[in-house]
Amino acid sequence: MNWRGAALRFCKVTGLPILEPFVRLIAGEDRNEQFKGIAKFVLVPVVAVGLFLGFWSFSARHVVANSVKLPGPKDTFTEGMRLFSAHFEQKRIDAQKTREKKIEALQLMQNAKKSEQAAAAADGAEKEKLLANAATLKKRALSAANYQASSSPTFVDQIFNSLQTVTFGFVIATLIAVPIGVLCGMSPWFNAAITPLIQVFKPVSPLAWLPLATLVILSMSSGGSQWLPIAFLTSGITVCLCSLWPTLVNTTLGVSSVDKDYMNVAKVLKLSWTQQLFKIVLPASLPLMFAGMRISLGVGWMVLIAADMLAQNPGLGKFVWDEYQNNNEISFARIAFSVIVIGLIGLFLDRIMIFMRNLVSFGNPQAA
Amino acid sequence: MSIAVLDRPRPKVAVRAASPEPLISIRGVSKGYGIGMTRNEVLSNINLNLRKGEFLAIVGFSGSGKTTLTKLLAGLETPDSGEIVMDNKVITGPSQERGIVFQNYSLLPWLTVRGNIALSVDRVFRHWTRAERRDHVEKFVEMVGLSHAVHRRPHELSGGMRQRVSLARTLAMKPNVLLLDEPLSALDALTRSVMQEEILKIWEEERQTCLLITNDVDEAILLADRIVPLNPGPKASLGPAFTVDLERPRDKTALNHNENFKGLRNAVTNYLVAVRQKSRDDEAMSSEASPIELPDLQPRSLRLPRGRAG
Ligand SMILES: Nc1ncnc2c1ncn2[C@@H]1O[C@H](COP(=O)(O)OP(=O)(O)OP(=O)(O)O)[C@@H](O)[C@H]1O
Ligand SMILES: [Mg+2]
Repeated sequence: MNWRGAALRFCKVTGLPILEPFVRLIAGEDRNEQFKGIAKFVLVPVVAVGLFLGFWSFSARHVVANSVKLPGPKDTFTEGMRLFSAHFEQKRIDAQKTREKKIEALQLMQNAKKSEQAAAAADGAEKEKLLANAATLKKRALSAANYQASSSPTFVDQIFNSLQTVTFGFVIATLIAVPIGVLCGMSPWFNAAITPLIQVFKPVSPLAWLPLATLVILSMSSGGSQWLPIAFLTSGITVCLCSLWPTLVNTTLGVSSVDKDYMNVAKVLKLSWTQQLFKIVLPASLPLMFAGMRISLGVGWMVLIAADMLAQNPGLGKFVWDEYQNNNEISFARIAFSVIVIGLIGLFLDRIMIFMRNLVSFGNPQAA
Repeated sequence: MSIAVLDRPRPKVAVRAASPEPLISIRGVSKGYGIGMTRNEVLSNINLNLRKGEFLAIVGFSGSGKTTLTKLLAGLETPDSGEIVMDNKVITGPSQERGIVFQNYSLLPWLTVRGNIALSVDRVFRHWTRAERRDHVEKFVEMVGLSHAVHRRPHELSGGMRQRVSLARTLAMKPNVLLLDEPLSALDALTRSVMQEEILKIWEEERQTCLLITNDVDEAILLADRIVPLNPGPKASLGPAFTVDLERPRDKTALNHNENFKGLRNAVTNYLVAVRQKSRDDEAMSSEASPIELPDLQPRSLRLPRGRAG
């Protein structure tokens, strides 16, 4: 396949029709047609965004409550840039501090060595003292070398924390939902048993789950060692509980509606149960499974913000909450900025899932 | 065989290649789908013997139940009454001995051409070495002329190419009985005749018992030893068997001038046209018997009622 075909296929599979007219234009296809495509996928959306920004800055000038003004696009953007530069500043300071500590550690080690050498030369009580001194110096060197900057998380740190939390919850949800969905799809009896549970729990809001999730996690982690922060676990589990259902339901649907013709092929070949599962049923239901996972991730991301707020997990939700408590113009600009960031990340996650789904649905990739 | 033989000029009986003992016999098989009001009786009282090494063609109109019959033979469907016996054993389920080429290809869309064929080969020839199996797959890919497309997935193939993959997949299983459900219907005339020759060649080499479903009388005559028409449904039954007494190997172009061939083609075609006309007449009769009576109504006034609400 030539590069053109490959590029067009890429646009299709990734669900990015916006790139298609450009590829075709570069390839030298009919110009008018491509300009129409560009107008449709680029120009019109840009105009719409412009109108939206205009409306926003207009209303920003008129919406005031408790002497706090709604931030306009410009304030939001400036504040957002400040958040990023604050992050890099913080990282620079942290790095410098770590470097200083490293140097200090080296210094201490040298001192310890000197002390030991002196101890080798001396004897009696003097030797004891020098050796003890060396030991304390070594200990201090070790702690200095292991220094971790403990500044409070910046906006960017919080973004990453949110992404980690949602990934954690989503992966656990998928690991639970896919096997159960496969069982439901294959066995009508199992499906009948589990359907009432699904139907009752599916519509429940995450915030109702959250206190229970906290309780369970606290009871589990009270005895053993703490390998993950409680707030992180609580948020993650809440995300998991909410993003279980779309994957579960879609997997069930996918597995139970495998084309009869494919099953006939399996029957003629007399595939064993596991071969049927891995060679026919699972591949055939992957597109629907991924469609479900896409919805799950979307729901999970939406729920995460609320869960972060309540569980005080240092992610974007907590960021929004803390800024809301500050209640000044700068903090509202920051909230507006994080709204946009949350939206963009959600969009990005959605695109990834579309891409994955299109990779497994041979013959009919869809843009949305 | 309990097939009514029509009165027609019978060509002289030649020495037959196929041995006379039946390999598969279908005895009084009926099959329908659905229950109650939506019940659809498709096949009724089908009786047919498939002799060992015989090439039998079934011709019939669309929707008469040809695919249903193949699925019954493959063991993918079970008869409602009657039984199908192969080697003195009643067929209760599918088996690798009976390879079927599905009418709608039934290729797995996530596997490449090679993957689709390899799935069957790996399963049927489990005891072979990996290299042996791979060579076997390559041989059949080459045979259907798809060497250039081994890495493509079904959605990147034309309908005809898909049919060829489907054919190769089944042939590669080396089944004793081949059930071909309109295997060439999606091909253009040229490819079709090439594939016909190909099927003939394979059959002459292997002499499997072969059942071909087709709607092309010429194709049936070219390939088969016997042609059995399937009458139009519902409750389709088999018509009289036509024996094809043409020397093998057969040549398509030469056949076109063969009197025997022409006579046979006319006989089969006339039979099909006649049974279709008869079934249409029957249908018309039965629909005349109980016409739906429309109520004879007339509106009293077309004016809207008004003035009530004020
Ligand atoms: N699984 C099924 N459930 C219900 N009805 C069916 C089913 N399969 C086939 N039928 C019905 O049985 C009848 C015969 O179908 P079949 O597919 O056997 O016809 P056919 O002769 O193969 O037709 P064609 O030449 O178009 O392939 C049709 O009326 C069809 O609607
Ligand atoms: Mg059919």
